[in-house]
Amino acid sequence: MSILRYGYVVGAVLGLLWGGVIAICVAIALSLTTGAAATPGLLAAMPAGAIAGVLLVLRKPENSGLMPVLLITAVSGAILVALRLAQPFGIEFSQNTMAQVVALAIFATGTTLPIGKMLHDIPFGALTRHEFEAAIIKFLTGFGYVFFSVIVAIPFFVMVMTSLKSQQALLANPLDYSLDLSKGWGLFRSYVELFRDFHFGRYLATSAFVSIMTVLITLLFSVPGAYAVARLRFKGQAVMSRSILLIYMVPMIVLALPIYIAFSMVGLRNSLVGILLIYPVTTIPVALYMLQGYFRGLPAEIEEAGLMDGLSRLKVIWQITLPLSLPAIASVSLYVFMIGWNEFLLAFMLLDDPSKFTLTRGVAMLNSSEIPRQHLMAGSVIATIPIMLIFLGLEKFMTKGLTAGSVKG
Amino acid sequence: MQISTPPKGSGPLQKREAKLAWGMLAPTLISASLVVILPLLAIFWISFKPIGLADLRLTKPQVYERIRGDIEKPGDEAELEYRLSNSSRAEPIRDVTMQDVLPDGLTILQLDERCTLEGRNLSCDLGDWEPAYREKLRMPITGDQAFIDAGSSPKDTEADISGKSSSVLFDTTFTLENFVLLFDGREFWSVIGVTLFYSVFGTIGALVVGLFAAMLLNKSFRGQGILRGLYLFPYVAPVIAVAFTWVTLFDPFSGSANALLLQMGVTSQPINFFGAKPQALIMVTVFEIWRYFPMSFLFILARMQSIGADMYEAADMDGASPFQKFWYLSLPQLLGILSVLFLLRFIWTFNKFDDIFLLTGGNAGTRTLTVNVYEQAFAVSNIGAGAAVAVVIFMILVVFSIFFFKFASQEEGL
Repeated sequence: MSILRYGYVVGAVLGLLWGGVIAICVAIALSLTTGAAATPGLLAAMPAGAIAGVLLVLRKPENSGLMPVLLITAVSGAILVALRLAQPFGIEFSQNTMAQVVALAIFATGTTLPIGKMLHDIPFGALTRHEFEAAIIKFLTGFGYVFFSVIVAIPFFVMVMTSLKSQQALLANPLDYSLDLSKGWGLFRSYVELFRDFHFGRYLATSAFVSIMTVLITLLFSVPGAYAVARLRFKGQAVMSRSILLIYMVPMIVLALPIYIAFSMVGLRNSLVGILLIYPVTTIPVALYMLQGYFRGLPAEIEEAGLMDGLSRLKVIWQITLPLSLPAIASVSLYVFMIGWNEFLLAFMLLDDPSKFTLTRGVAMLNSSEIPRQHLMAGSVIATIPIMLIFLGLEKFMTKGLTAGSVKG
Repeated sequence: MQISTPPKGSGPLQKREAKLAWGMLAPTLISASLVVILPLLAIFWISFKPIGLADLRLTKPQVYERIRGDIEKPGDEAELEYRLSNSSRAEPIRDVTMQDVLPDGLTILQLDERCTLEGRNLSCDLGDWEPAYREKLRMPITGDQAFIDAGSSPKDTEADISGKSSSVLFDTTFTLENFVLLFDGREFWSVIGVTLFYSVFGTIGALVVGLFAAMLLNKSFRGQGILRGLYLFPYVAPVIAVAFTWVTLFDPFSGSANALLLQMGVTSQPINFFGAKPQALIMVTVFEIWRYFPMSFLFILARMQSIGADMYEAADMDGASPFQKFWYLSLPQLLGILSVLFLLRFIWTFNKFDDIFLLTGGNAGTRTLTVNVYEQAFAVSNIGAGAAVAVVIFMILVVFSIFFFKFASQEEGL
């Protein structure tokens, strides 16, 4: 370790690694946006990063202005171009020139600026343990941001872009996600066909109906239950609050099989009533568990004051507890809505009639060799967008809801 | 002097409170027992039954009625025909009876000896039917002018037929064959192995990646909220959408991932990510980690934000380095939530069905226990065998749950 603890060594090593990371990202981005066969060229990018790193460590504190950084940025870019014989991404420079210039600029700044941040306050010579570890942690942090953003963004990028392309174009060049903007609204052909020929409008409505009903029924059952477990004293209260979660641990497929059999016999298969009989029960336990955690956190004195003033228990719940726990109810509703909207297994097993499909079941229907891929992806986008919009709009409630009641403050 | 003592037992107020509590819990308890406990009992019952998918259709007598010949003028003779059949090839039907209403103006010339006619109501006692029983019950008829004018047909009123049949599902034949078949097959142990690999590595992976993500976001900076929202996407999006996207992305022929790897020289020929052993199992595990790291990250982040800052300040005063702070302060504080998360996620991953079913359909060495339930019950059409697998899953889970409650109750107060 002690050999490593010198400013120039740390600068070189972190620069080397960071240069590689950025080169790979830029090459992937360039490939996916233009369809060109870009390669990262690690043998050139890593030395470029390493030299930038050493230069950044070398720079004196009084030179911390913009100019030196710009200079180092230019140097790292130039090294990449030089080492790869004027083809910074392994493709003819005449091809997609504009995109390549932009990519080069992104590489140079994306390499230099973060390394500059990581190596801030790092002297050229020997380092203390603190300085060394701080630099490593900053590198890991930067790497983490890039890593998570890439792994999350790429699948969603592919999903949206595939839905806008044609099967032939993708088979010809699976990397080319550039859009032919001259097509105008024609880009959305898959979506139009889904709504016109595959009744996705109806599936959307069915899914919305089923999810909202699930939320309502779940709340109707779980609010009183949660209150009883959280506030009222009775024998078996402790056992109750524990065993609720047990239900959540029974795998759905184990229940789905007998439910399928029973529904086949009584003719509840292929009906939304059947679906609505099952969905809430899968969500009630977790809703009850989350709500009782929140109810316990509310001060009991307010309720007792209400009781003293002559309200009945039920009125106390209605007039005092519920208004106080609106945020928790919003969280739980969102979470339940998400479960209902995304549910696949039961819808897949119980619904066969296309006129009663939920959205997830409708998307599953598109997974056949006769239906082009872009339709499947367009269906996926249609299923994803509403839940994403709701989620982004109410993200605070959602994150709270997901963790409510399970983490002791 | 009267000595006041605290009351023993439960007083009327307490009794009323308990009654109210049970009343409020009743809807949940009833619905849970209907949809969870009843099916669980059913699955035990079915697992001891020799029953296939086809046996689910209740054996019912079938009837189809029509007139052979035409009645064009009053007095024309024709035949009223009831085609009767037992569609089951295995089960007999007992005590079949049929009722029908004859249209006005139609007269039966000769009644079948099993049938009686009261006014216009025809009722027949057809006795017991063998499996695959077929019969054409024919009676000569004639019609008058009113019948011809009305243009009615015997089909206007549907013949009502019923009989008693027993389904394998409800009789008392039991068998251990499902379990024998299950444990005998070499496949079973490979399924167990796959399930364990998937659960263990999926859980640990999601926890470690989630811990990493939580550490990244455990500081406030501009855009933190956006990043947090973005990192939750895999968890919030419908599984069906993201699973199909992964399949598209990693397609051996038209997938971008293979194209990228080929182009960058990582591999010389396309990799069949989801279609071949052993990478398919690794890929579904990676998918599991990708999809569920946000959940662990949320829980860990919530716990991290509740750790007081003073501890870290004290550590700073003592000269602890960043890694030391993580190792000696953060990690011990997070151990509780990490172990609870491990147990919960382990159980949930063990229970997971949708993901693997959508990604590989359980092929290429990715068949877990849960996928096996579906595979046996619907692909092989052997409901009994599927139920047997489900029973095994349930037994394993009971063991997990006991362990969970022994362990978790001391930890995070769950």
